[in-house]
Amino acid sequence: MDSNSRKIFQENFKEIHPPLRPEEALVEANRCLYCYDAPCVKACPTHIEIPRFIKQIASGDLAGSAKTILEANAFGHSCARACPVEVLCEGACVYHDWQEKPISIALLQRRATDEANLVGLEPFEPGPDNGFSVAVVGGGPAGLACASYLRRLGYAVTLFDREKDLGGLNTHGIAEYKMTQKVSADEIKRILALGVTVKKGVEIGRDADPEDLLSGFDAVFLGIGLGETKRLGIPGETLRGVWDALSFIRHVKNRDLKPLGQSECTVIIGGGNTAIDAATQAKRTGAARVVLAYRRAETDMSAYEFERALARTDGVEFLLNAAPLRVLGKKKAEGVEFARTAVKNGKVIELRGSRITVECDRVIKAVGQAKQISVAKTLGLELRPDGRIAVDPRTLRSSHSKVFAGGDAISGGKEVVNAAADGKRAAYGIEKTLRPGAALPPGNEYWVSTIEGRRVAPIPPRSEEMAHA
Amino acid sequence: MPKATPDLSTNCAGIKSPNPFWLASAPPTNSGEQIMRAFEYGWGGAVWKTLGQDPPVINVTSRYGSLDVGGSKIAGFNNIELITDRPLEDNLKEMLAVKKRFGDRAVIASLMVPCERQAWHDITAKVMDAGADGIELNFGCPHGMSERGMGAAVGQVPEYVKMVTEFVKEKSSIPVLVKLTPNVADVRYAARAAKAGGADGVSLINTINSLMGVNLDTLTPKFAVGGKAAHGGYCGPAVKPIALNMVSQIATDPETKGLPISGIGGVSTWSDAAEFMLLGSSSVQLCTAVMHYGFRIIEDLNAGLENWMAGKGFKTLSDFIGVSAPNVTEWKHLNLHHKTVAEIDAKKCIGCQLCYVACNDTAHQCIAVKSNGKNGTSSRVPYVVQEDCVGCNLCSLVCPVEGCITMKPVETGHKPLTWDEYVKNGMTGYKEVYKRVHG
Ligand SMILES: Cc1cc2nc3c(=O)[nH]c(=O)nc-3n(C[C@H](O)[C@H](O)[C@H](O)COP(=O)(O)OP(=O)(O)OC[C@H]3O[C@@H](n4cnc5c(N)ncnc54)[C@H](O)[C@@H]3O)c2cc1C
Ligand SMILES: Cc1cc2nc3c(=O)[nH]c(=O)nc-3n(C[C@H](O)[C@H](O)[C@H](O)COP(=O)(O)O)c2cc1C
Ligand code: SF4
Repeated sequence: MDSNSRKIFQENFKEIHPPLRPEEALVEANRCLYCYDAPCVKACPTHIEIPRFIKQIASGDLAGSAKTILEANAFGHSCARACPVEVLCEGACVYHDWQEKPISIALLQRRATDEANLVGLEPFEPGPDNGFSVAVVGGGPAGLACASYLRRLGYAVTLFDREKDLGGLNTHGIAEYKMTQKVSADEIKRILALGVTVKKGVEIGRDADPEDLLSGFDAVFLGIGLGETKRLGIPGETLRGVWDALSFIRHVKNRDLKPLGQSECTVIIGGGNTAIDAATQAKRTGAARVVLAYRRAETDMSAYEFERALARTDGVEFLLNAAPLRVLGKKKAEGVEFARTAVKNGKVIELRGSRITVECDRVIKAVGQAKQISVAKTLGLELRPDGRIAVDPRTLRSSHSKVFAGGDAISGGKEVVNAAADGKRAAYGIEKTLRPGAALPPGNEYWVSTIEGRRVAPIPPRSEEMAHA
Repeated sequence: MPKATPDLSTNCAGIKSPNPFWLASAPPTNSGEQIMRAFEYGWGGAVWKTLGQDPPVINVTSRYGSLDVGGSKIAGFNNIELITDRPLEDNLKEMLAVKKRFGDRAVIASLMVPCERQAWHDITAKVMDAGADGIELNFGCPHGMSERGMGAAVGQVPEYVKMVTEFVKEKSSIPVLVKLTPNVADVRYAARAAKAGGADGVSLINTINSLMGVNLDTLTPKFAVGGKAAHGGYCGPAVKPIALNMVSQIATDPETKGLPISGIGGVSTWSDAAEFMLLGSSSVQLCTAVMHYGFRIIEDLNAGLENWMAGKGFKTLSDFIGVSAPNVTEWKHLNLHHKTVAEIDAKKCIGCQLCYVACNDTAHQCIAVKSNGKNGTSSRVPYVVQEDCVGCNLCSLVCPVEGCITMKPVETGHKPLTWDEYVKNGMTGYKEVYKRVHG
């Protein structure tokens, strides 16, 4: 890395949520009310027992706290940074009812898992070999989470990923000021220590036939995520200086800024969280001006409110109700021509005679990722109309009895935490399918109980023995 | 290779349980249904809400009160509840059912009847038939029952303690614990009496006499019953140090040393429990923390104790039960030549100056701040004039920032000298290790 890049990362990519000092964490942990049947637990897709892990921090049991977190969420270390907690656990905190600041759940989660990471805690063990083998396709959060729970159940797991670095978008996608690749790498290291056979650089469907997985393994889990960024379908899209958001962000994450060049003005096209991430990171890597253009109104953007606020703080300009018509330029992008739009009956319409041009030297497309359907097609899996793999919501089994799927491939694009929850659910789905009626090997009861949210000891009806009372 | 997890099982006075955490005799153990639910969560044992003779007692409504400190709820807890108000037969039937379903857990029957041999014999036989693993004699209840000559009224008179313990031991073939009251000048007398009466162990503490306050609007006592209050029994986090002291006294008293102890009083977390055990308890009982948060806390208690043991390399509870007790001694055996001084970590200091005012107004006037403006500094960070520091700890206690003020041992170079030795030496040999006069 050259000195300029180093300076950029030091100054502009400081962690957006720096860690709590131990004593701050104690104060915050003691603020938690330890609610029963807590709303935060329900709001977490992996149903981490949040009040419990927080009280464990308060009592000085950081190892126990980290274990509580990682039992329910194999990506708990990453999620402590990556999760949009404002709309998940922290958004559900009962303190909101008092108009008070919710508990800083993410930072407390981080306190516990950072410590666990520091001391090299390996909280779990592989289960005794049960004679079954599973192929996991995709080493993102869904695939890795699934692999970790399968190992704990005693399955032999072979994980395939076409990339040479595992972690999927958890490694290559999360905004650099939220989380560095080191965090993802640490998470993966802990999971792989359970004994997963990893085949990197192997793309199923290109380097290996999906059908072979069916004959070679007792079950297959597809955690293949989504495909490439969608095309805009407008002239000029192939000019130099036109980037897709994922490759742009990947360069930032790899701290490899050279290929991105300098930019006087970058135009981002899109209205989701990825568009925001592209905009903020374009700004932070030195673009003098960043314009985020979206076809509809701001309230229609799928980007979270706090993400939009962040972009504003970073100095990103919003160009709303503007649909791109073409990228201008001969060899290199020199601007984007937009039509002003309005929304009528839910449809975007172009206002006549309203075209405007924004001059720029870089365009980043962030209009969503396409579905990746070829593997599913080869296996003859039923797809939903929008291309997502259809699954049974309880077991995450697809239309093929041996094939399970989870993560972005079934959700169409959610968060790391959703993918991790899917991986967990699918592991149990596989267990129920391959070993119906079998007792869980010891050490697995707890995480299984978190799949639907933990038992909160329903106050039981009085038993027979008590009936007289 | 599965890692070896520490073994949490215990044997307290012959009463065995898979972990040392028992529910204390109180509302959480009011019924079989509650105890079964607690056992499902993983509690190691339960001491049944104290049983007595029929007809059962009558309770008042408005029963509990609490002391909240600085926004922290229930730092101390008060109650004026009596023993069980349910018929003995119901309780015994349920006890049998609990034991049937949870054979591996400890079920201990807490008992309180008038001081008559026959009454104690009868109830002892009944709870043995109901399958109890042990008996706890409630000589501690400080309110209501004591007015009727039971509870603390027994526990405060060592002769009665011995006598009633003997009554029960005559009949009982299961272990007998005597639950002691802290409402005495010296708890060791009752413990010795219990031992003399044949008790297999003691449990302590029961609650401490208390009155929770006065309502400044109505001018009636707080948590009153129709405007009138009776003193209650105090427990919860605030009483832990009192309980720890009494436990350590019994653990170190030459006459009761080795007598099994079930520690009670202000246990909220695994670390509180570990402290009770280090001072000699082979089981711990909880009431207030459970009443505050529910049975679910057992999971954290077990996990925390287990992780701490693993970190310390302890494989079983006996590896550490009682190991700290010998370090509790009498004042006269403390080293007069030991010296510590306070040190403020300027990097951590947030400039609240609480230590500054505490030391100057109420301790030994040895914390200073560089005067503002002068010397080109306007720092709010105080510093310790260590030559003058007597090592009292006050500053470190008032400091809100963890680890900001630490007490540093100072090598004095003087041979250890205790008060005992000093007196024996004819009041000679002491070298001043701190300044006793204002400079
Ligand atoms: C720019 C961006 C920012 C994001 N920011 C956040 C955030 O801040 N917080 C958050 O919680 N979520 C965020 N997300 C979403 C999150 O990253 C994803 O929801 C999550 O990573 C999905 O996990 P997954 O395992 O389903 O898929 P992926 O993470 O996409 O992983 C799929 C893996 O499968 C591999 N693969 C695919 N096909 C094959 C094949 N045929 N053969 C072999 N291997 C294959 C891929 O190489 C990849 O490693 C962001 C997403 C993007 C795009
Ligand atoms: C509401 C209440 C009722 C109690 N009832 C009894 C009782 O019936 N018998 C008894 O031995 N102790 C009784 N106790 C005392 C507890 O068993 C225990 O000794 C005491 O609360 C200290 O423990 P703690 O600090 O964990 O609460 C009671 C305590 C409370 C708060
Ligand atoms: S806890 Fe509240 S609702 Fe329950 S008995 Fe007591 S006063 Fe009544």
